[in-house]
Amino acid sequence: MPIPIPQSLEPLLRLDGITKSFGAHRAVDTVSLDLAQGEFFCLLGPSGCGKSTLLRLLAGFETPDAGMIRLGGEDLTGLPPHRRPVNMMFQSYALFPHMSVAQNLAYGLQGLGLSRSAIAERVEGLVRLVKLEGFERRRPDKLSGGQRQRVALARALAREPRLLLLDEPLGALDRALREETQGELRALQRRLGTGFVVVTHDPEEAMALADRIGVMDRGRLVQVGPPRELYERPASRFVAGLLGDVNLIAGLLGLADGGLRSVHTELGPVRALASEALAGAGPGDPVVVALRPERLRLGVGDNALSGTLVDTAYLGDRVRRRIRMADGTILCASASLLDEAGGPVVGDSVSLGFAPQAGWVLPA
Amino acid sequence: MTAFNRIALTAGLGFLYAPILVLIVYSFNDSRLVTVWGGFSTRWYGVLFGDGPLLASALVSLKVATLAAAIAVALGTLAALALDRHGRFTGRSVFTGLLYAPMVMPEVITGLSLLLLFVGLDVERGIPTIVIAHATFGTGFVAVVVGARLKGFDRSLEEAAADLGASPARVFLTVTLPLIAPSLAAGFLLAFTLSLDDLVIASFVSGPGATTLPMRLYSQVRLGVNPEINAASTLLIGAVSLVVLAASWLGARRGTTETV
Repeated sequence: MPIPIPQSLEPLLRLDGITKSFGAHRAVDTVSLDLAQGEFFCLLGPSGCGKSTLLRLLAGFETPDAGMIRLGGEDLTGLPPHRRPVNMMFQSYALFPHMSVAQNLAYGLQGLGLSRSAIAERVEGLVRLVKLEGFERRRPDKLSGGQRQRVALARALAREPRLLLLDEPLGALDRALREETQGELRALQRRLGTGFVVVTHDPEEAMALADRIGVMDRGRLVQVGPPRELYERPASRFVAGLLGDVNLIAGLLGLADGGLRSVHTELGPVRALASEALAGAGPGDPVVVALRPERLRLGVGDNALSGTLVDTAYLGDRVRRRIRMADGTILCASASLLDEAGGPVVGDSVSLGFAPQAGWVLPA
Repeated sequence: MTAFNRIALTAGLGFLYAPILVLIVYSFNDSRLVTVWGGFSTRWYGVLFGDGPLLASALVSLKVATLAAAIAVALGTLAALALDRHGRFTGRSVFTGLLYAPMVMPEVITGLSLLLLFVGLDVERGIPTIVIAHATFGTGFVAVVVGARLKGFDRSLEEAAADLGASPARVFLTVTLPLIAPSLAAGFLLAFTLSLDDLVIASFVSGPGATTLPMRLYSQVRLGVNPEINAASTLLIGAVSLVVLAASWLGARRGTTETV
């Protein structure tokens, strides 16, 4: 199905200093990014961070004020949407309400110089691809949400784009369907080898789907990397908080200690790995230690802390505890139920600890 | 409903519709005298369909209304698209005002000014001049109806079409136009009835041989009302009601076709 792409050193997509303002508001601010052939990339960020605008710039619905967009070596910057070898799946799906499923799928194939029978054949293939056999003649308003989502995906793939843009593709689906569809989307992308750029505000979805995630904040691309790197080694407090729950323990930077840094916190001295962002920082500079709840363990060990258990929440697969420390801050610890037998009750004094490699020191 | 409300409603509806009801009832009067009931009959409808000049006027009216409504739909749709799609262009409020002015302008003024224009340009008056005059005020109504539809239009449908390789012209013809078509039809019917109804403006700008149905009826009434007029008016009321009902039905379909 995918168009054979000549192997070259050129990345599939290259963004170079893309900037777009609406009035005084900089929606996208000097974004540069390279995408490899066949890569699954997620743009993650809170609403209003510019991720959808960046997607619309790629599709050609907006023109950048500055910067360049190149796809496989070809400059796309000034091209209108209908001349770009890029297709988009819309958040609202944007299915044509006056056309049947088959007509929706055929829309992008008309004008490619294909014969009537060739178009019918391609449509049939697309229908099979998204498992919608028997629904070809239905109108979109007679389909379920999941079916519409699959029509929208198939329609966007009809022209065999080199790059597929997906704006919150699973946002309108319920939870169970979303997890199932994530798997299908991933499998489809691997099979086609098409570059995917997905916009989402859901960190779990981004991590489940993407080879690499780009985090956006107020128009800027603040960190790009594989999901594990972003989750465990975030470049800033913003990224740490966006990817999931995190404990932030404030303190002052201490001395380097064999690859670790010591930090003097209100809760006592701790040792943890330090982010490269602190390369120029010296002792006494304000920092935070970022610690994921699942890394904070009950019991005595490295980086011993102590506090009082104030709340236990049973979440089925794990239990989440909130512990008030001596200075009044609340830390969150979550543990798999497999490791648990009994455990402290609310009001008990508890000892806590975390491995130095589990803590991550960031600029305050 | 209290007794007072019931009386108020009856009186209000009576005030609005009793004259029309009387007219319809008396169109089935057998008597030659308009005010004396002589039994049920459809003979005046027979007389009506034998009245050559009256039928000729009806044909003129239909011709004028069809042409004027078609022109109004073309111009009104373009105006609504310009207002909806081009944001805050220079002169937008002036353009809006100019578009809606003929709707609120007293008909005598519109008629008189158009007459002066046609005389000034030395245009021979007849069916074409009535068509132009009726298209002038119909355009505003069409722009309002189509504009309401465009306001609720999901622009991502047009973007999706462009994304799938459609040129702007193809996007308009295959996506925009089919989806706003019900409002174009509603606008057409509205302009059509307004043209069919109009007496004042048509009287100003018509010429010899271009007598519309309302003009014919009015001139006959001046010579005395006869039951044939009642029959013609009843048919006119029926036609206009039918068209207005169709227009509002098309307008109501708006919601169902838009939700994907």
